[in-house]
Amino acid sequence: MAQPRTMFEKIWDSHVIVDRDDGQTLVYVDRHLCHDGSFFAFDLLRDTGLPVRRPDQTFTVPDHYVPTRGHSLDDSADEERAEMIVKLDRNAKEFGVTIFGLSDRRQGIVHIVGPEQGISQPGMLIVCGDSHTSTHGALGAIAFGIGASEVSHVLATQSIWQRRPKTMRITVTGERPFGVLAKDVIMAIIARIGAGAALGHAVEYSGPIFAAMSAEERLTVCNMSIEAGARCGMIAPDETTFAYVKGRPYAPAGEAWQKAVAYWKTLPSDPGATFDKEVSVEADEIAPMVTWGTSPEDALPITGEVPDPAEQADGGRRAAMEKALDYMGLVPGMKLTDIQIDKAFIGSCTNSRIEDLRIAAAVVKGRRVAVPAMVVPGSGLVKRQAEKEGLDRVFTDAGFEWLESGCSMCVGMNGDTIDPGERSASTSNRNFEGRQGPGARTHLMSPAMAAAAAVSGRLTDVRELSSTSSEED
Amino acid sequence: MEPFTSLTATAAPFDAVNVDTDQIIPSRFMRKPRDDENYHTFLFHDIRYDEDGSEKPDFILNQAPYRDARILVAGHNFGCGSSREVAVLALMANGFRAVIASSFGDIFFNNCFNNGVLPIRVADETAARLRAGLHASPGASMTIELEPQTFTGPDGATYEFDVDPFRKHCLLGGLDAIGLTLEYENEIKAFEDRYRQERSWLYP
Repeated sequence: MAQPRTMFEKIWDSHVIVDRDDGQTLVYVDRHLCHDGSFFAFDLLRDTGLPVRRPDQTFTVPDHYVPTRGHSLDDSADEERAEMIVKLDRNAKEFGVTIFGLSDRRQGIVHIVGPEQGISQPGMLIVCGDSHTSTHGALGAIAFGIGASEVSHVLATQSIWQRRPKTMRITVTGERPFGVLAKDVIMAIIARIGAGAALGHAVEYSGPIFAAMSAEERLTVCNMSIEAGARCGMIAPDETTFAYVKGRPYAPAGEAWQKAVAYWKTLPSDPGATFDKEVSVEADEIAPMVTWGTSPEDALPITGEVPDPAEQADGGRRAAMEKALDYMGLVPGMKLTDIQIDKAFIGSCTNSRIEDLRIAAAVVKGRRVAVPAMVVPGSGLVKRQAEKEGLDRVFTDAGFEWLESGCSMCVGMNGDTIDPGERSASTSNRNFEGRQGPGARTHLMSPAMAAAAAVSGRLTDVRELSSTSSEED
Repeated sequence: MEPFTSLTATAAPFDAVNVDTDQIIPSRFMRKPRDDENYHTFLFHDIRYDEDGSEKPDFILNQAPYRDARILVAGHNFGCGSSREVAVLALMANGFRAVIASSFGDIFFNNCFNNGVLPIRVADETAARLRAGLHASPGASMTIELEPQTFTGPDGATYEFDVDPFRKHCLLGGLDAIGLTLEYENEIKAFEDRYRQERSWLYP
């Protein structure tokens, strides 16, 4: 009987081209996703004089620099940003790779588009020059972000040198409490284990909560694996996964589908497989979460208060907290629900899928925003689906801006930023200093919580808002 | 890539933890050409300069003893967050060729090697001791020798460090990975041929 293996080990082993004695492994890349920030990698490739080795396994889409108030180059904040989008077009043409360009309805954030198009599938090894590539692991794949030099390496060789990461299983025990979304689950995990806890590890999420999640919710969870430092995050593929992938444009069909599913069913970790590290979290400890500081680990249930650095025994942690509170303009002991916001942003590769927009719209319906607020769907197809369902009207009636797809205010590279000192309620993934613009203060939360904050003008426990709403009904 | 063999230079202590690449280089500089003459000013830009462009005197690299620093000694999870390789380029534009920390963001760690910058992982206590030593003797220099995998701290003590043999080989020779990988072309081809048979559904 063969040694029981984890899902990570099974997928990894099947992608090994060369295993060197020194611990370096050359692994094969099934799908390589590029975006408009990948221009430098194409420049590096051009310098080598080599072609893209597997154009049929390379997909590109502009997202970081794309304008959201209109979707033509003329809508760009400036020529420099427009040039980033033009460069990707040129590179895609020159090297013969697929592009979902600005005017293509399928355009969107690369981590939304990959799964949406069926490009990302179980059992694959997927890379992209973006740290949130961990997203795609939600379908039962190994997916990780790489740097520009590595992107050029993959373009040229369809492979990448890696040291095999260690494995970590994060098990959440128990059922999901009322009002808790996928974003709350992953934020609670990161708050518990820390922003560097999973460095050098491939994480598998395990437990009934994840098994019961929709594929889109799992994408949200795995998206933020990198915020715990993980090399990648993954969830075992099951009937939910298969149903999600089936019928998508790049998914296998017919006989190929049967073959694929038969293989995918062999992927989940074997009973008795061992992980290098095990972490366990109880579900009933998880509540709707918000961040108060400048690292994703600085998160608490919305019912809490801004923590007091003075209570920290660890000197390094105390200094980091003091610095974070100073930047965020918060004082210890303040109730999180008393924090006033200036803007709300619903979008990003973490939370801009159709289910996210439905959840936010349900909170917003019949209410008015108290602060400027925007919704940026994750792709043109998400946008179209939302409009079919009338969600756009729910948002615009409430005073939200309803915009075109892209990374937008998650990273501010297209010019969608928050002014210095302003405070956002944001469904994105990083509350780093300056992430949403110089001096911007970011509070991360779920789409339901961001919607609640948008209509009340302060951080709000969406569970209380919901109950008020149902009484009114 | 410029080879890395040994380095003797001023080391700067960087006390913050979880230093993300958005801080190392804010995203608005990512579209700038790599040969921009102001590239060095992008490093730590928003914590290093005031809005009017003047230096913040408190920031470590703005202080006289550390202006020529080429080695950075940090805490845990340095270079976490975004995969932006320009974080390494911004360090290089300021002369940095080595970063010592108790842990690194995985992608940043790899990006360093791919650009001839040596990231050295040390124990948390070692990183803390080195930083304390550098604070105690501002402008102290350190020497890093890659071949024997040693460095000397500000206290004059010699420390050994681990480095991946493959990465070390590339750094010492200034070799880029694509060239090395192409030597495995037969293996890649053989893998692909077999793989396409076994996973026919991936290749409609």
